[in-house]
This record gives sequence, structure tokens and C-alpha cells, in this order.
Amino acid sequence: MKILVCISNVPDTTTKVKFVESDTKLDTAGIQWVINPWDELSLTRALELKDDASAGVKSVTVAHVGPATAEPTIRKALAIGADDAFRVNAEPADSYYVAAQLAEVIGREQYDLILCGIESSDYNGSMTGGMIAEFLGIPSVSAVSDIKIENGAPIVIRETDGGREVVSVPMPFVVIVQKGIAKEPRIASMRGIMTARTKPVRIYEPSAKEPLTRITVFEKPSPRAACKFIDPENPGQLIALLQNEAKVI
Amino acid sequence: MSVLVYAQNWDGKFKKSSFELVSYGSKVAEMLNTSLICLSIGTVSDEELKKLGNYGAGKIIRVNNEFCKILDNQVYTDIIAQVALKEEASVIIISNNTEGKAVAPRLSVRLKAGMASGVSKLPLSIAPFTVYKRTYSGNAFAHLVINTDIKIITLAQNSFSLIETPNNAGIEDMSVSIDSSLLKTVIKDTQKQTGRLLLTDAEIVVSGGRGMKSPDNWGPLVELASVLGAATACSRPVSDEGWRSHEEHTGQTGKVIAPNLYIAVGISGATQHLAGVSSSKYIVAINTDKDAPIFEVAQYGIVGDALRVLPKLVEAVKELKK
Ligand SMILES: Cc1cc2nc3c(=O)[nH]c(=O)nc-3n(C[C@H](O)[C@H](O)[C@H](O)COP(=O)(O)OP(=O)(O)OC[C@H]3O[C@@H](n4cnc5c(N)ncnc54)[C@H](O)[C@@H]3O)c2cc1C
Repeated sequence: MKILVCISNVPDTTTKVKFVESDTKLDTAGIQWVINPWDELSLTRALELKDDASAGVKSVTVAHVGPATAEPTIRKALAIGADDAFRVNAEPADSYYVAAQLAEVIGREQYDLILCGIESSDYNGSMTGGMIAEFLGIPSVSAVSDIKIENGAPIVIRETDGGREVVSVPMPFVVIVQKGIAKEPRIASMRGIMTARTKPVRIYEPSAKEPLTRITVFEKPSPRAACKFIDPENPGQLIALLQNEAKVI
Repeated sequence: MSVLVYAQNWDGKFKKSSFELVSYGSKVAEMLNTSLICLSIGTVSDEELKKLGNYGAGKIIRVNNEFCKILDNQVYTDIIAQVALKEEASVIIISNNTEGKAVAPRLSVRLKAGMASGVSKLPLSIAPFTVYKRTYSGNAFAHLVINTDIKIITLAQNSFSLIETPNNAGIEDMSVSIDSSLLKTVIKDTQKQTGRLLLTDAEIVVSGGRGMKSPDNWGPLVELASVLGAATACSRPVSDEGWRSHEEHTGQTGKVIAPNLYIAVGISGATQHLAGVSSSKYIVAINTDKDAPIFEVAQYGIVGDALRVLPKLVEAVKELKK
């Protein structure tokens, strides 16, 4: 079984984002780039499955659409333990464009399980995984919090609004992962960092595809009113404010 | 031309969020000078469907066949796509909840329709079609232009108020033909939470962090939630430690919620936590540290020990509800 983990390259989650060029572009000065938290967890789960000989996972490949500046993030994924990687050398214009590029390569290279995070912490799209599946005409299971391989076949748990289901679908399919898929992200060992340098990263030029959407400007959320402090000895005052001023209870 | 809302049901029933979606759809239809069609998939009674008419649906389409008993993303995509094409929908509106996230992206590819997810306002303009969507986990919002003839929007939960515009909408049972080979999802087991208010549906949420000190201290927090009719939530370390269930974890890597009132108790307010709660209309913080970042986003704050403050709040709410 060949597993593909799609990774997004995002600003560290503590970043206070700022914009430049009349708020049309992210100010990348000083930003620390990391593997999107969900993708880090799905990579971890893929590697755990590979470690378990009975699961029969032959390889874990990492996929990314982005310019060469994303290379350190890809190397980090290799250092954590992925076997190889490919990068489509293009600006990730929108989810549709990214999914179209990934689907093109996946169609050629043939993977059995394709893991995507439920969202990327930059554009909060929640789209790439489902789009890849539709481009390839294969099933997708969303909001997956666990994946196991039983007798060579994947069994996943998907979270629903108000419960969970144990689901099976025939491979190949796209797994869209969320919380629970792995406990802690795996970190790179010294040896991992050394071997990552020589692991293969295939670089493909993009195929001709058009994005369907375009961001024209970014806005910061409107500042909230300053905090009103209430005497801790008289918290009943808070309840009165919530009722009469905020009118939320 | 039309605007199509896909109204998900839960065991044959709609929720308040379904009516918010229909209210939103009705306003978008008004902006486009066209009518609103609501699609329901699965077994839903006429009486329940009629409720969609109260929020502006001009027509209600029900698709119910043997293939839609369980959520198979390919089957549901196929149904919505067929209805959208038949009704010449120019905008398709779906909730940004678990089911919406599963289906809408597939639909986007299927119809080659540009999609915006997590939209929280009415379109900013019709030409070009521009929407307002969450980015950078709530640290920014983007104006996003959709360039295609058909547009797909997923609406952030609790971002739009109900608007009653009674319409005596007719119900049409539409038969769509589904290629049976599409249905590949097999459900082997189902666990349902029953009788509990879902975190994502709740209008008031009381949430505890590491400042609660021990899992044994949750009694007054749960009681406060109960007297307020609120759901309970927690920060990530709390669920990682197993103090509270994973369903309650809010934030970047947990649930994203937007209640009217979020009460954060013993939570410092880390960026990753705020990513899940910053769209709450009001935030109340209770924390011993007056410099905790949570007070920067809160409108009301109490600097004090949660374990002493919570019981007093419970009493005050009980007094109020008398
Ligand atoms: C990639 C990534 C993703 C993450 N995702 C999430 C996420 O989704 N959700 C999330 O919550 N976190 C997330 N985190 C963790 C986040 O950075 C913080 O560590 C976490 O939110 C802190 O939780 P806390 O506020 O409960 O605990 P702390 O930061 O330890 O804060 C406890 C607070 O309680 C106060 N306190 C102490 N005693 C009392 C008392 N007696 N009464 C009242 N107040 C008291 C303290 O003053 C302090 O402010 C993530 C981190 C990373 C790196």
C-alpha cells in the first residue's frame, strides 16, 4: 500500500499576521513556516501505520504545491520520516488549483490512500481533500479521527455532527483527517534530519489549470471593546450585565 | 436562475442552523433578484419541510431514495449537482459544518464552480461576486471574488440571524437517477450522542482551561452551564490530559465555534485557543492573572479564582431565573 500525505506550508500558529501592498499580500517578514498542524498529525499517523508491519504500508510520500521557498517544510516532513516527496512548482493560487495539480500527479503515480488535513490554518479552506477526490473520481471520507488497517483494508472513524461512525470504503480513497488522528506530532530525530537531505524530492512543473477564485484584500477583525472588569466579590454584577447590557442570557 | 440552499436534516429534523442558512439564502436571492429553492435529502416529513418556507424558501425539493440513507460524499454530491443544474442555480449555499465540508468541495469540482468556505456575511458585491471569509484561523478575513457562473458558499455557523419571511412554499418530490456504483461508503457501526446540546449548536458555552487545576473541580462549571442552558467546552491541554472529553476541545486543532456568549474560565487565551472562539459575540474571562491575553479579547472580565467565583455565578443565575 502506498500512502500520500498532502502538506500545506503555513505561518507558525502563533504568528500575528500582517498584510502589505494595500492589504493584498501577507507580510512574510519574520514568519516562521511550519507544516500545517493537521498535516503534521496525518503524517504522524501514516508513519505509525508504516511502522506496524502487519498494515502492509510500503511507502509514505509527501506532496506539496508551492514555490521552492517551501523546500524546508518538505525536508522537515522527510526528516520526520516520510520516504520521499514531490512538489508541484507553482504558487498555490486557490484550493481548486492546488487540488487540480495534486490530482494530476496522483493520477500518474497511483496512491492507495491520500491523506489531507481538514483545513489549512492559512486560508481555512477545508476544500483540497474533497476536491482531489472529485477530480480523481474516487471516494472521500471527511472528518476522520482514526484510521486502522485490518486485513489489508482501511477502516476509518468519521466524526459526524453529534456522533461518530465506523466506515469502510474501497481503496483508493481520500481521507480528510481531523483531531484524534494522532496524539502528538512526531518530531524529527537527529538521524532523520541527516537522512532527509538525501531523500528524493521530485519537482514537477504545473499543468495548465486556472484558479476559480481570487482574494482581493485582507481585513483584520474589528477590534473588540475594552474589557469591563467586575469585582470578584460580587460576580452577580456580571450576570446583570450579561442580561441587561449584552442581552445574551 | 435561482439560489439553491442545501438544508441538511438530522434524523428528519431541521435545526436552528438550517433556518439561518435558509434566511441567508433568501437574502442572497433578493440581492440577485431571483427565487430561493431549498433542497432536502432523505426522509423528512412535509410538515418539517414546510418550516423552511417560513424563512423565505420559494420552493422545496425533496430527494429521497435508497442511496441517500447514509452520507456517501459522492452520492450526495451527485444529487446536489443534478438538482442545481436542473434548477439552473447560480449560487449554491451549504452549511460549513461537517457534512457541508464533506460535500461542497466535491460539488465545486463537479460543477466547476468556484467555492468560498466559512463565509460570515452577505456577499459584499454581486458583480464581481465577492464574499467575506475567515482566513488565518480568525486572525484575518478576506474579500474573495468567485469568477465562475455557478458559485458555492459554505456559511459559518451562527453567523447570520434568522429572518422570518413566510412563504407558502410548495414541496416537490424530485427523482434523480443515481449510478449505484457510486455508493461505496459502508457504515459498520454508529455511535450517537443523544440528549446533549452540541457544542457547535450552542448559543452559550462555558469553557474550562488548565486554571481549573484538576478534573475534580469541574462540578460548578458544569452547573453554571446547566443553569445557563449552555454547552461545556475546554482548552486543548485539558482534553489532552483526559480531564474532559475530546469533543469539548475548542481551538485551532479542535472545534471552531461562534456562540453568542463564551465564558472562558482559567484559560490563558493562547492564539491557538482564540482561533476557535474569536468569532464569539461576547467573551467573558475569569482568570487569576490580570495580564492573561484572554482579557484582551474579552468584553467582561473577573480577575479572581475560578473555584471561588463559579459557585457565586451559579447562585446569581439561579436567582435571576427564579
Ligand atoms: C499547533 C498547535 C495547535 C494548538 N491548538 C490548540 C487548540 O486547538 N486549542 C487550545 O486550547 N490550545 C491549542 N494549543 C495550545 C495553546 O498554545 C495553549 O497551550 C493552550 O491553549 C493553553 O491552555 P490553557 O489556557 O487551558 O492553559 P494555560 O495556558 O496554562 O492557562 C491557564 C490559565 O489559568 C489561569 N489560572 C490558574 N489558576 C487559576 C484559578 N484558580 N482561577 C482562574 N484562573 C486560573 C492562569 O492564569 C492561566 O492564564 C495549540 C498549540 C499548538 C502548538
